Amino acid sequence: MHRHLQLTEHGKLKHFLSIEGLSKRLLTEILDTAESFAGISEHQVKKVPLLRGKTIVNLFFENSTRTRTTFELAATRLSADVLNMNIATSATSKGESLLDTIRNLEAMHVDMFVVRHALSGAAHFIAQHTAPHISVINAGDGQHAHPTQAMLDMFTIRQHKKQFAGLKVAIVGDILHSRVARSQILALNTLGVAEVRVIAPKTLLPAHVGSMGVIPLHVMEEGLSDVDVVIMLRLQKERMNSAFLPSESEFFKCYGLTETKLQQAKPDAIVMHPGPINRGVEIASSVADGPQSVILEQVSNGIAVRMAVMTMTLGHHGGAA
Amino acid sequence: MPTSSLNIADLLDTLEADIRQQIASRKLANPLLIGIHSGGAWIAEQIHRRLRIAEPLGLLDITFYRDDFSQIGMHPNVKASQLPPHLEGRDIILIDDVFYTGRTIRAALNEIFDYGRPNQVLLAVLIERNGRQIPLQPDCRGARIDLPEGQRIKLTGPDPLGIDLQTLACAA
Amino acid sequence: MTKILIENGRIIDPANAVDAVGSLCIADGKILQVLTPPADFTPDLTINAKGQIVCPGFIDLSARLREPGHSQKGTIKSETRAALSAGVTSLCLPPDTKPCIDSPAVVEYIKDKAEAADYPRVYSIGALTQRLDGTELSSMFALKQAGCIAVSNAHAPLGNLLILRRAMEYAGTHGLLLMCRANEASLSGKGCAHEGAMASQYGLPGIPVAAESIALAQALELAQLTGCRMHVSQISCKQSVIKIQQAKKYGLNVTADAAIHQLHLSENDVLPFDSHYHVIPPFRSEEDGHYLREGLANGTIDAICSDHQPHDLDAKLGAFPETEPGIASLETLLPLTLELTSLHRIDLHKTLAALTQKPAAILGLQAGALTPGFSADVCIFDPDLPWQVNEQTWHSAGRNTPYWQQSLIGKVTHTIQGGRLLYKFRNR
Repeated sequence: MHRHLQLTEHGKLKHFLSIEGLSKRLLTEILDTAESFAGISEHQVKKVPLLRGKTIVNLFFENSTRTRTTFELAATRLSADVLNMNIATSATSKGESLLDTIRNLEAMHVDMFVVRHALSGAAHFIAQHTAPHISVINAGDGQHAHPTQAMLDMFTIRQHKKQFAGLKVAIVGDILHSRVARSQILALNTLGVAEVRVIAPKTLLPAHVGSMGVIPLHVMEEGLSDVDVVIMLRLQKERMNSAFLPSESEFFKCYGLTETKLQQAKPDAIVMHPGPINRGVEIASSVADGPQSVILEQVSNGIAVRMAVMTMTLGHHGGAA
Repeated sequence: MPTSSLNIADLLDTLEADIRQQIASRKLANPLLIGIHSGGAWIAEQIHRRLRIAEPLGLLDITFYRDDFSQIGMHPNVKASQLPPHLEGRDIILIDDVFYTGRTIRAALNEIFDYGRPNQVLLAVLIERNGRQIPLQPDCRGARIDLPEGQRIKLTGPDPLGIDLQTLACAA
Repeated sequence: MTKILIENGRIIDPANAVDAVGSLCIADGKILQVLTPPADFTPDLTINAKGQIVCPGFIDLSARLREPGHSQKGTIKSETRAALSAGVTSLCLPPDTKPCIDSPAVVEYIKDKAEAADYPRVYSIGALTQRLDGTELSSMFALKQAGCIAVSNAHAPLGNLLILRRAMEYAGTHGLLLMCRANEASLSGKGCAHEGAMASQYGLPGIPVAAESIALAQALELAQLTGCRMHVSQISCKQSVIKIQQAKKYGLNVTADAAIHQLHLSENDVLPFDSHYHVIPPFRSEEDGHYLREGLANGTIDAICSDHQPHDLDAKLGAFPETEPGIASLETLLPLTLELTSLHRIDLHKTLAALTQKPAAILGLQAGALTPGFSADVCIFDPDLPWQVNEQTWHSAGRNTPYWQQSLIGKVTHTIQGGRLLYKFRNR
C-alpha cells in the first residue's frame, strides 16, 4: 500500500513518505538529481525557476526550526512560495482535526505539503486524503520515517565512498525511537551495503529488531570494528526520565563516540550525525569537529536532496523522462 | 536550401562570416561566447576556435529554466552551467545548434539574465528551421531551411559533427 | 402467536447433538418440535430452508450498541437491526456506555430502548466499579436486580489488585459472573499495535503479549483465591490460551472467548497505517492466531463473540495511533465463523456451539439450543451464498470494517427471535 501510494502508475515519485517500497533505481535517481542541484549553492544567483508559481506549505505539527528552515531554503531556491504553519500554536491544538486543517489549506490552492507530525502514519494519512494534484513530503512522522534525512545521509556517504556495495555501516544510539534510523536502515539495505549494524542497549532497540535487516549489538567497540561509516543518533533527555537509561554519563561511557572508540573503525571511516548533536552525550567534541566528521556537509547536502525530492514529486505528471 | 546539401564545414563557414559581420556592425566589444548544451556547445567550440577568442567558452544547461516542467517533469542528466560570475554590461554571443520553436532560447536568456544584466546578446545558430512559437529569431545563421511536418533535424557529435534528419512516427 | 414451520433445512443444534435434515416447528413463541412436525400442525408461516442450515440464534457476549452516549456511532435501533441480520438473537452490552451502566436507571433505559427497537434480548453487563473508574465497587446487587447478567470493568483499568480481589469477592457474593478483559496498563501504555515485526518496522507504539498474559495470570490467581466465577473476554495470544488451559486443567471455574476477527487476522494482514485494522487487543502474530484457533478447537476457548464496535467516520480518520480502535463486526460474524471450518478445518459443530450453546452456558441462559419449550430463537443461513459487504447489504451505522467491499461466503437469510420472524434477507 505504501509503495502504491507514493508512486504514479508510471512508477514516478508522487509523494515522498518513506523509503519503504522504493527501488534502488529510484533512490539512485534521487541521489543523481540532488547532485545536479548541489552546484546551485555555489552560484551567485542561488535560484532556479523550476517551481516558480508553486506554493509549498511547511505543515509542522512538531516544532523543528532546523528541518523547517532547510525545507524552506530548498523551496525558495526553486523559486517556490513558502507558507510556514506551526500547528502547535494554531487551530489544531484547539481541536481542529487533521483532515480539516488540510482542507482549509487546500482551499488556498497550494501544491505541496511538507509534513512533520508526532504520530507514525500522519504523512501517509495526509497523502491518502489530499487533493489529487498535491504532493506530500514526509519531514518526520512519529517514530516511523524521515526519508529526506536518510537520503541526504546516503548522498553524503556516496560522495565520500563512491559505492554502496561492500560498505559496513554502524548506527549507534536510540534506534527504538528513531524515525531517522528506520529510514536509514531501509535506504542502506536497498542501496546494497554489505552490513548494517545497530549498536545500543536493549532498552533502546526495537523489540523485533532482528526482522529489520540489521545486526544488533550491545558493545560499541565490537560494533565499530572495521566499519566504513559511523552514524550517531541523538539521545533525547526524556529517555533518562522514562526508565530507558540511568544517566547521560553512563550512556556516554558505553555508547558515546570518542577518538579511542573511533579507532576501531577503518582509518578512512566517516562520522555522521543527523543533528542537533549533544556534545559529550553521544559524541565527543573532538570527534564532532575532527577530520573524519562530515556532519556539516550533511546539512548543506540536505538542501540539495530536498530540492531534488520536491522537483521530482511536483514533476510527476510527465510521461517517461 | 535543400536539406541534402547541408554540409557542416560549409555551414560553419557561413555562420562564422555572419558573426564577424554582426560583431563589426553592432560594435561588440570583447564578446563572451556561450554555447547551449549539448549541440550548441559543440558548435560554440568550433566558432570559439575560429574567432580565436582568448576568454574560455561559457556553457549553459537550460534544464532548470525549461517551460515544460508542469507537462513533463524533471529531466535527468543535468550538466552544470559554466559561466563567469558577472555578466553585467557584457556583450554576449549565444550559440545553439538548431533554432526551432524558440523556447530553448527564451530559457537561455532567462538564465543568462539571472546571472547578470548583459549589454547585448547576439543569437547565432547553425541551422534555423521553420516552426517558431515564440517571437524570437537568430541574428546569425549557417543556413535557413524548411522541413515538412513530422521531420526533425538534429546535430550529432561531438566528433565527428553530423546532421541527422529524423522522421517522427507520429506528427509532432 | 404465529405458528412457524421451517422445513427441509439441515438442523444443527450442538446442545442437543442434532445434525440432520428435517423440520422445526415453532408455536407460541417457543420451540415446539424438532426434526418431525406434530401430526396436526398447521403453520401460519412456512419457510423452505432447503440447502440452508437451521440453528439456534447466536448469542453474542460482546456487542456495543453505542447508546446511551455515543449515538453518533450507532443506536440501539440501528445496531439491533444489524444483530438480527447477523443471526444474533441475544447480545451482551458492555458497561462503557455514557453514562456507564453503574446504576439501575441506566439498565432500565437500555431495556426500554431495546423494547422500543423490538429487540428485547439485550443483556446489560453492569460496571464493576462506580463510573468505571476502578476504585469504588458499584452497586452490583442493585444492578443484578435491575437485570444485569454479569459485571465487568470494560477496558478501564482497576486501581490495584486489591480492588480486583474485593470486586471478585463481592460479585461472587451475589452470584454474578465477572467478565474480565486482561490488560496491564503500565505495559501496554500508549500502544496501538502488536509489539512485533510490523510495529517495529512502522514505528508504531507496541503492546507486548505480556501486557495481556500477566494481567490474565493475576486475574486467574485471584479468581482461584476468591472462588469468583470469571469469564475472560477477547483474548488475543498464545500465552493467554496456555494459561487458561492450565487453569481449567486444575479445576478453576473459568471460561473464555475470542473475537471472531482475532481468529482470522494477524499483524501480517494489517495494511500499513490503515485504521480499519486498529483494534484493541491488536492483531498479533501468526503463531498467536494459530494458538487461538487451536484453543477454540480443543475447548480452551469456549465462545466466539463479535466484539462489535461501530464507529463514526471521524473516529477512523487520522494518523493511525490517534484513531479509535474497534471494528463493526456483527454482520461478518457468520461468514468468518464458516471460514474457520472451510479454511482452518475446525468442526462446524464446535464453531456453532461457540456461538450458541457455550455462550448460553456461560451466561446461565435457557437459550442457545433448539430444545422444545425454549424460546424460539432461530437462525437460518445459507452457507454457500456469496455476498458483498457494501451499502446495500450493511445495516450497522458503523462501516469501520477491514472487510468493506469484500466478498464473503455465508449469509443469514432468516432470524427468528421469540417466535417472531424479525429479519429476512432480500437478495437484490
